[in-house]
Amino acid sequence: MKFIDEFRDPVKAQVLLKEIEQLVGRIERARALPRPLQIMEVCGGHTHAIFRYGLKQMLPPAVEFVHGPGCPVCVLPMGRVDDCLSLAEQPGVIFTTFGDALRVPGSKQSLLQAKANGADVRMVYSPLDALKLARENPQREVIFFGLGFETTMPSTAMTLLAARRAGVRNFSLFCNHITIIPTIKAILDSPDLHLDGFLGPGHVSLVIGTQPYEFIAGHYHKPIVIAGFEPLDLLQSLWMVLKQLAEGRSQVENQYARVVPATGNRAALAALQEVFELREFFEWRGLGSIDHSGVRIRAAFAEFDAERKFSVPNLKIADPKACQCGEVLKGVIKPHECKVFGTACTPETPLGALMVSSEGACAAYYNFGRIDISGLRGNAPELERRAAV
Amino acid sequence: MQRGRGKVRDTTITLAHGSGGKAMRDLIQDVILGAFNNPLLAPLEDQAVIGLHELARGGDRLAFTTDTFVVHPLFFPGGDIGQLAVNGTVNDLAMSGARPLYLSCGLVLEEGLPVETLRRVTQSMRAAADLAGVSIVTGDTKVVERGAADKLFINTAGLGVVPTGVNISASRARAGDQVIVNGYLGDHGCAILLARNELALETEVETDCQPLADLVATMLSVCPDIHCLRDATRGGLATVLNEFAQASRVAIRLHENALPLREEVRGACEILGLDPLYLANEGKLVALVPAAFAEPLVAAMRAHPAGQQAAIVGEVVEAPAGVVMLNTGFGGGRIVDLLVGEQLPRIC
Repeated sequence: MKFIDEFRDPVKAQVLLKEIEQLVGRIERARALPRPLQIMEVCGGHTHAIFRYGLKQMLPPAVEFVHGPGCPVCVLPMGRVDDCLSLAEQPGVIFTTFGDALRVPGSKQSLLQAKANGADVRMVYSPLDALKLARENPQREVIFFGLGFETTMPSTAMTLLAARRAGVRNFSLFCNHITIIPTIKAILDSPDLHLDGFLGPGHVSLVIGTQPYEFIAGHYHKPIVIAGFEPLDLLQSLWMVLKQLAEGRSQVENQYARVVPATGNRAALAALQEVFELREFFEWRGLGSIDHSGVRIRAAFAEFDAERKFSVPNLKIADPKACQCGEVLKGVIKPHECKVFGTACTPETPLGALMVSSEGACAAYYNFGRIDISGLRGNAPELERRAAV
Repeated sequence: MQRGRGKVRDTTITLAHGSGGKAMRDLIQDVILGAFNNPLLAPLEDQAVIGLHELARGGDRLAFTTDTFVVHPLFFPGGDIGQLAVNGTVNDLAMSGARPLYLSCGLVLEEGLPVETLRRVTQSMRAAADLAGVSIVTGDTKVVERGAADKLFINTAGLGVVPTGVNISASRARAGDQVIVNGYLGDHGCAILLARNELALETEVETDCQPLADLVATMLSVCPDIHCLRDATRGGLATVLNEFAQASRVAIRLHENALPLREEVRGACEILGLDPLYLANEGKLVALVPAAFAEPLVAAMRAHPAGQQAAIVGEVVEAPAGVVMLNTGFGGGRIVDLLVGEQLPRIC
């Protein structure tokens, strides 16, 4: 496919892998490393791509990806899912959301189970589809469960603006949008932090630009490279991070410049500013409460705010004790090192949300990485030969 | 017996059409017999009576299967529920190497279904049965109240005869076997997704729904010792291979670059975050065969209309037992596991 296959060229990958190996050698010679270099990919889309293309098997063992908090489904606390269920079960409500939010476990059931038990829960591909449902069902109340980082936030904001313009009265948003910068800061402030550098989220940065990450390089002295989602994007971004480490630099660099402008997207940012404001704090699954990490709907749009329009129990439910989601999210342990990984917690019976979404680190490990298939690079010699030509 | 168009005056199905009275008799004679008529069905007895001597000429074992079809929408690019109901059962028989002969047809009709829709579906079933060389020889009709079913459900059961000496089973995969598919993967699953019109994508992909028994007969003439054979319907190629790997206690290695995929299907999967390995097919089979037969088999399949894009896509290896792996086109590797639940589009 044009504009896709160019970023999946295995011959170019071999060239990059060779250079990555050389850089790792340089870094190892410069510092006596007691452990592998840990590079966090912040975004769940990156986690998915790393596993889908088998990048883990291709890298030298001295480099490890740490799968960060960037899957919005995975960081959703159980209490919020229970709040959704409470909204979905109110009479006359059509409750709508994205596909992968449907399977996240609440304390008693998921939205999919609630649907099977009679709640009118529907999957939509966009909040605009939810608004369309509201216009087609004027006698019903349509609630859209909005979640995600700055990636999905603009489409929700635009939908509320469209709903207000059209005078729709039976549409509201249960806002669970979260914002990435305070979360990265919380991870950087964690006392058990081991990370050496970051692959910055491509889609989020398309909205916010690259400038908000300056503190990571400036204050915390960690390199960050905004990365695209194709496998060559990821390898090149990793190479850029390692190059900074080898040269003793820490800067914000933009590998995904074909999509991400330094200043972000002004129209999207203006819509966010008009519709949302920061919450004082927001609860994250596994990470606890993080100041200013969530947004709520401004008072000017109160008529579209499900939290004002309906009674939401606002439940606080502690994560299951055995779950070590927080340590996985911070890169302190690998998914398979969690006490319940693959036993009590599997994709069929997820205890932690990291096991639910295909972007979740634990589900990706379980589905794609739980068995050692390091011998699978059967075609590598042929690729190396082609790369050398 | 009087039959033909015009006996049913109602334009929609009512509960009377399931009551056992005149309305039901008219519906069966007009719509059902009008489409399916054949000497075994025409007497409208409660059962079809089939001569054993005729069956015994085709082989030494009976293959018997049933499947129920519930699809939304009823009509989609390249096909409809009726065609699916015939080919699905014909193909289930064919995957044992059997020659399919007879089908039953059970219809569950929702009150309010347009009679014209039922006519279109039964005519489509007749056309599919003719193409597959099978007869629909017995059946049943039920009408349920509006809301108790989604327009139209169809159950078909099928009988076929397995030729002497053919021994196909999911547990017969051996290290060294080659994995063969007969063409583009995921067309049906993609066509249904797009036909639901939830995505507003302009690409049109048609279902791959087709009968496979004749292709299987061609394959058996080249390689009588096919080890494993299955049609890759719900759950797609990945699910079938996991079933083979687990039943035979072997590993299966796929090569991403060898998988036949249409650009449109790849594109839709990219947009939706879906994996084409798990998309449903309705006219695609997966065969595991001894390596020596793989290339001549693919050549013979490519000469058949149902196998023009046949390809070798992987091989069976010894370990790790029960696991399907994929060599990615990018040079890496990963596990291709059984899917948990339905594939759901990702958030971003």
